[in-house]
Amino acid sequence: MVTRKDFDSPESPTWCTGCGNYGILNAVKMALAEQDIAPHQVVIFTGIGCGSKLPHYMKVSGFHTIHGRALAVATGARLANHGLKIMTVHGDGDGYGMGLGHMLHAIRRNIGIVDVVQNNRVYGLTKGQYSPTSDPGMRTPTSPEGAIDRPVPPLALAITAGATFVARGYPGELRHLVWLIGEALQHPGYALVDVLQPCVTFNRPGSYDFYNPRVYKLEEADHDPTDKTAAWELAYEWGERIPIGIFYRAEGVPTYEEQVPALKARPLVKQPLEKLRPEQIEALRAELI
Amino acid sequence: MTINKPVLSTVEGMTIRIGGEAGDGVESSGAGFCKALARGGLHVFGLSDYYSRIRGGHNFYSVRVSDQPLYSHEEPVHLLLAMTEETIPHHRDKIVEGGAIVYDSKLPVSPEQLSGNGVQLLPIPLSDIAKEKAGIVLARNTVALGVAAGLTGFDLEPMESVIRQNFARKGQAVVDGNLAALVAGYREGQKYAADFPFKLERIPDAPPRMVLNGTEAFSLGALAGGCRFVAGYPMTPGSLVLHWMAAHSARYGVVLKHTEDEIAAINMAIGAAHMGARALVPTSGGGFSLMVEALGLAGMTETPVVIYNAQRPGPSTGLPTRQEQGDLLFMLYASQGEFPRFLLAPGTHEECFVTGWRAFNLAEKYQTPALALSDHYLAVAIRTLDLDAFDFEAVEIDRGDLLSEAELDALDGEYLRYRITDPSTGLRTSSGVSPRAVPGHPRAVYVAAGNEHDESGSITEEPEMRTAQVEKRQRKLIGMAGEMSGPRRYGPQGAEVTFVSWGSTYGPLREAVDRLNAEESGRASLLHFVDLWPFPTEAVTAALKSARRVVAVEVNATAQLATLIRANTGRAVDGTILKYDGRPFTPECIVSFEL
Repeated sequence: MVTRKDFDSPESPTWCTGCGNYGILNAVKMALAEQDIAPHQVVIFTGIGCGSKLPHYMKVSGFHTIHGRALAVATGARLANHGLKIMTVHGDGDGYGMGLGHMLHAIRRNIGIVDVVQNNRVYGLTKGQYSPTSDPGMRTPTSPEGAIDRPVPPLALAITAGATFVARGYPGELRHLVWLIGEALQHPGYALVDVLQPCVTFNRPGSYDFYNPRVYKLEEADHDPTDKTAAWELAYEWGERIPIGIFYRAEGVPTYEEQVPALKARPLVKQPLEKLRPEQIEALRAELI
Repeated sequence: MTINKPVLSTVEGMTIRIGGEAGDGVESSGAGFCKALARGGLHVFGLSDYYSRIRGGHNFYSVRVSDQPLYSHEEPVHLLLAMTEETIPHHRDKIVEGGAIVYDSKLPVSPEQLSGNGVQLLPIPLSDIAKEKAGIVLARNTVALGVAAGLTGFDLEPMESVIRQNFARKGQAVVDGNLAALVAGYREGQKYAADFPFKLERIPDAPPRMVLNGTEAFSLGALAGGCRFVAGYPMTPGSLVLHWMAAHSARYGVVLKHTEDEIAAINMAIGAAHMGARALVPTSGGGFSLMVEALGLAGMTETPVVIYNAQRPGPSTGLPTRQEQGDLLFMLYASQGEFPRFLLAPGTHEECFVTGWRAFNLAEKYQTPALALSDHYLAVAIRTLDLDAFDFEAVEIDRGDLLSEAELDALDGEYLRYRITDPSTGLRTSSGVSPRAVPGHPRAVYVAAGNEHDESGSITEEPEMRTAQVEKRQRKLIGMAGEMSGPRRYGPQGAEVTFVSWGSTYGPLREAVDRLNAEESGRASLLHFVDLWPFPTEAVTAALKSARRVVAVEVNATAQLATLIRANTGRAVDGTILKYDGRPFTPECIVSFEL
């Protein structure tokens, strides 16, 4: 039986007091434990940002990669060993900015990766620049007159691109977030869990005080997660009411890895690495004569 | 450039060149002819030349053939098969005295344009015969090959076998049509055979030989060496390896991914290698440019990965289908900061095969990227090789200090991925290489990081640990240097001029050396570099010590190998022969520069 403690590490996070990442870290640990996944049975790939330091604050297999590329590294890892659970945990700058392209391709592949995005709608580690999900008008070091770009709508984008599991969570609703990540871990293909992450230092308007009165759970609101159109419309709901929960979920869509001929029998790294046999060498030579 | 003084080949042979537009089947018929000649026991060197387009333009294929092994193509043409009018002015000046131009009599070519040189003009109704026998004008290249056989007296049987094989999937009617076209062409050629002095004779007891290019050689080596994960984005001429691997992926258990871009490709390979797969990324210079950041991630996390760069002329888009060796220093220094890497530049097909498997061993033993440099010429040029040219028996799969499940079970204490201190002695591990564990085992739980890290992989900024990790990574270079060989000499000791070159320049340069020495004994030798980094400084210094006049021969504008030699040995070359017109050297070209 795996418990949450199995994931505890003595290393203290460097996050600010009150950072939403503490809740996300707890939720990840609890969700893995509840799914009976041990630290060596999952690999967490992160990018660059405050949140991407998460695996260092856990006892878990991890790979702290480069900005925007967590999904790319994770995809290669999943193809090499689909016997392990593969997760990415990264921020909105990483996942929805630099890495936006990789997200769309991970979605169309329906590759078995749980993608948790710590969406604090600002760049934290680099000291407060606006991000792909910031509101227009936000004044930051790179937008002193107010951000001009309209924000990326990550959930709507994911639904449109064909994602088979699209959800949003909030560390202020910790049990719910644990449940969402658990559902994502059970989902066979690509699963997006966008997380509203308060940033107390660089995005004070987007704090727990902002989200608490606004968030409501789709599970309590009569939403049918197989209804793609409804999900898409809800993805744009923002303001006085902000939905969290599973927006959309599709069953039975084949994953990428289950369609790769070389992976039919077992994971790639479980296949013995041997020299070519004489008859294989003969066949290869014969192609060239 | 003009060839002033032709120094004749030391090898008896001839070049048949077929020219036409893209879409005329120039490449397939040229390569097919090479295969047929090889089946007839002869040695060939085949080279395509094509523009970056799908239809139109001017493409040609040079088939050089001899009863002795060939290492290069050459300037002179003995027989030109022209599918288009444009072909003729392109190559007319290369045709030797006594040679011939076979062209479709339908083409508006006026014999007055082609007078002189003792070159015969043979207008033959190629497209009419093609339409009549094969029902399609496109088959005129088959007719032309038949003409070539008739002129040279080459036995039709090997050519028929190639036609049967190549057209099999198009159905018996197409096979029969092409066979008929071939025979009809042969009969036309026979009419003029008496006046065509260059003959090709089948060698009846010759052993079967392979005909292949550097792409196939490298791919075979990689496959033999345990490469089972390939991620790449199509870019000429690197995509040729991607295609070969894709074609063999299902049968040989290779996971191949055509990615959304080159950044995804290198990062996927790093992810796959992290989990324990032998991962390859084939590309060209522009693709490698996109991979540079991730290369540093591999170096910092000590993840083995093999990148194959088949170079082409830059900068930027450059000349997509042509030849250059412009990326040596770029690959040597690419990515921010400092970390060890291997840089290998195979120059022959045999060296491509060895590099294919050796690169993976080196990458895994030292847990660092291994970069293989090829180029368009080597990637596409085909040569006959003996069946045992590739030593599959010698292939080793050496995974270095990769901990097995049993070793992890028995591990004493915490597993430290970036261990610096040897636990049994308490001293720094002299090799700089830490025992490696891949994810999946309960004892192997760690985080790899692009940030500077301590022995466990945790992020650190402390100066002592930073220093220790930098030195650990750098220390690998000592062991890595021990894996490197110095340049290989071809030609006599104490030659008047010693050429230095790297990669595929070897072939033309070797023949140039032979020609120079045939003219004047002891004139020339060459030093052929394959292992470029870590630079085999001692071996190079020793090799150059006794060299008199040293001349670098490179297909680039800045003499990158010469720069590397000088930087590491202090020895400046005495001269350079540089080519940067997008075409490879020929022996004649090198000889002409030298004389």
